[in-house]
Amino acid sequence: MFELAVFDSALRMATPLILASLGGLFSERSGVVNIALEGILLTGAFASILATYYTGDPWVGVVAGVFAGILVSLIHAAVAVIFKADQIVSGVAINLLAAGATQFLTWITWGSSSNSPTVEGMAHWSLPEAWGPVARGINVIIGHYPPLVYVALVAVAVAHVVLWHTPFGLRLRATGEHPAAVDALGVSVKKMRFAGVLLSGALAGLGGAFLALNTHQFVKNMSAGRGYIALAAMIFGKWNPVGAAAACLLFGYAEAVQMGLQGQQVPSQFVQMIPYILTMIALVGVIGRARPPAALGKPY
Amino acid sequence: MPEQNAVEMRGVTKRYPRVVACDCVDLDVRRGEIHAIIGENGAGKSTLMKILYGMVRPDEGSIRLNGTSLIGHAPSDSIKLGLGMVHQHFMLIDPFTVAENVVLGIEPVRAGLLVDGQAARERVERLSSEYGLALDPDERIENLSVGLEQRAEIVKVLYRGADILILDEPTGVLTPQEVAELFLVLRSLRQSGRTIIFITHKLNEVIELADRVTVMRDGRVTGVVSASETTPGELARMMVGRDVLLRVERGEATQGEPVLAVSKLSAVGRKGAHVLDQVNLEIRSGEILGIAGVQGNGQTELVDVITGLHAASSGNVMLSGTDITNRRPRVIRDMGVAHVPEDRLARGLVPEFTVAENLVLGNQHHAEYCHHGLIDVVKIEEHARELIAEHDLRPADPSVRASHLSGGNQQKLIVAREFDSDPALLVASQPTRGVDIGAIEFVHTSILKMRDAGAAVLLVSAELSEIMTLSDRIAVMYGGRIVAEFEGGTVTEEDLGCYMTGAANDSRGQATAEGAA
Repeated sequence: MFELAVFDSALRMATPLILASLGGLFSERSGVVNIALEGILLTGAFASILATYYTGDPWVGVVAGVFAGILVSLIHAAVAVIFKADQIVSGVAINLLAAGATQFLTWITWGSSSNSPTVEGMAHWSLPEAWGPVARGINVIIGHYPPLVYVALVAVAVAHVVLWHTPFGLRLRATGEHPAAVDALGVSVKKMRFAGVLLSGALAGLGGAFLALNTHQFVKNMSAGRGYIALAAMIFGKWNPVGAAAACLLFGYAEAVQMGLQGQQVPSQFVQMIPYILTMIALVGVIGRARPPAALGKPY
Repeated sequence: MPEQNAVEMRGVTKRYPRVVACDCVDLDVRRGEIHAIIGENGAGKSTLMKILYGMVRPDEGSIRLNGTSLIGHAPSDSIKLGLGMVHQHFMLIDPFTVAENVVLGIEPVRAGLLVDGQAARERVERLSSEYGLALDPDERIENLSVGLEQRAEIVKVLYRGADILILDEPTGVLTPQEVAELFLVLRSLRQSGRTIIFITHKLNEVIELADRVTVMRDGRVTGVVSASETTPGELARMMVGRDVLLRVERGEATQGEPVLAVSKLSAVGRKGAHVLDQVNLEIRSGEILGIAGVQGNGQTELVDVITGLHAASSGNVMLSGTDITNRRPRVIRDMGVAHVPEDRLARGLVPEFTVAENLVLGNQHHAEYCHHGLIDVVKIEEHARELIAEHDLRPADPSVRASHLSGGNQQKLIVAREFDSDPALLVASQPTRGVDIGAIEFVHTSILKMRDAGAAVLLVSAELSEIMTLSDRIAVMYGGRIVAEFEGGTVTEEDLGCYMTGAANDSRGQATAEGAA
């Protein structure tokens, strides 16, 4: 349960969760509930495999995943911000749409109702062996992860700085707390919320790309509830990037342990429940009250 | 050189589906004056200011601000031209610090992209010391009193370089001391050459502070006068369109037996704090006890415990000799306790129900309206027609939804229902909050009528003038306790204010002794 291989696998499991929960964070901090993370992950996964399949370059796949994530979140932003509709309903609709559409497109493209053919994955980043034993040492420890793992970890730090130390972050958080105040100061609430939701689409789309490229193929419904777990991690982390990432690592670890336990007497369903149980504990305030943005879910 | 006006609005009209909020309004505000805009709720003052600020787009009319014409502008345009607005409901972000709130939207930046917190703090400190607005820039808004929040709002507006400030009903939530301090600040701002537009419905404030006054009624301007050449009576006439009793006459009433006796009453709030701490009070029939206090000092909980809406942790409440502590609200109501709650939309009525339904609410289970578990709709409508006629509710239609009534008429509806049952005890909490002068007159007269008919009245109000006008005795609550008690007419607003803020707490024993003497 504590072997290096489990930690290794935990970090891979956590990466799409971290990216999606950072996405959720930007959206929710602007005041828009983004339950569509699930559908965005799935769409990002599909788009990245599709693009990689036709170009042979996984980096094009990554860009396609991000782009698809932004497109889907654009629907959510339009419905929630411009038409002021119920954000939960919009999110659920997008999730159902994404599940159906990706499966349909899989069938159209590859003639299979369940999965795509395998594609080229991402090469791991490592230092040149010629740099000597130190470089080789570093490669042994951290050189065997796909690049997006590092991107996700750096994104946590960047999100923290952006949200707490830049004018954009201050305005975004203000929009989630009290949109009327932001409006009265001459800052556009619509723009801030669009920015929050589209950023969330980009990040969750990136998470979807990692998810698919890590397994070298698209499988129907491969997001498998990770969008909801990312949302749960964001709440468990009290709407903070570092807290959310820590929760994702915890949930990723639980998932890795569960995979290690398969075939043994503990039913995997028990381990799968962990994220949601922890989230409920966080919500009822056992580990200090989690306070959502005051205007979360309220159209303006 | 002709005198340049800071603000000129000509023929401004704004129509909403059911009402014309502003009907061809002209407004001139001279540079460097304090200009009051007065009018009842719904007279169009706030809409007019939102149009000026750019939050509402007018249907017709022209606007000049500091000499520049504005057409279809947004708040950012008017802010650029030097306009700043302190909204009635503060536009502050609770979890942010004062400094963050002040700089939001125009943040000082260091290293090209990071918010410069140090510079923000310094700007706040400089602005607040310049105009005597003591404020800690690092304190979070959620920890500030209402008076300090308002200061943060004013600093926020000044930071944006405003030379014309709009203050929308700025004194409604302040204690008398805070009002006095605010007026000092506003005068020093005028001294520095700034123009101030002050929206209010309190006539004495207008006379005290303003240079000129624009009066509005039903979306039109009904007069522009110089404050030094007018009287509260004249202003009230222009506001309401008829003569108004600004102070209802209060005759002597004969007091009888004690109706309500509260002894050593304590209660714990939602967050576990002691919100009521050993409260004792007694009200006789034919007596009005007024409770003064800054909101959040236990008045709400006191009312809720007496009416059965909040549990007491110890002590008891006696109604004419019967213990009603922690009984259910329906039992307490049926024993003759009427309640005009502080938040009429949350507890006073169901906005989506009709007037007739709301008029029977709380009594719907009585045999009069209910047979074998079925509501007698015809009887309820009859009853509603009677009450509507008796209290001049408008519109006079029992089938209209309560949400379509004006605030004043909603309050009249609640008063009509609660007073209908000839209660032994009337508990009235903020009975005139947000209602117009005409309705205030009606509510005050009704309360006095109830007293004269022998009811005991517990009146809780943040409006000191209301407490002073109506009460036979006045108690002050601070920190969940009754810290002072006075006979009506033996105390000034300033003294009450002292006890309300806890400033006079050390001499509490003395004050109680004085009150009793």
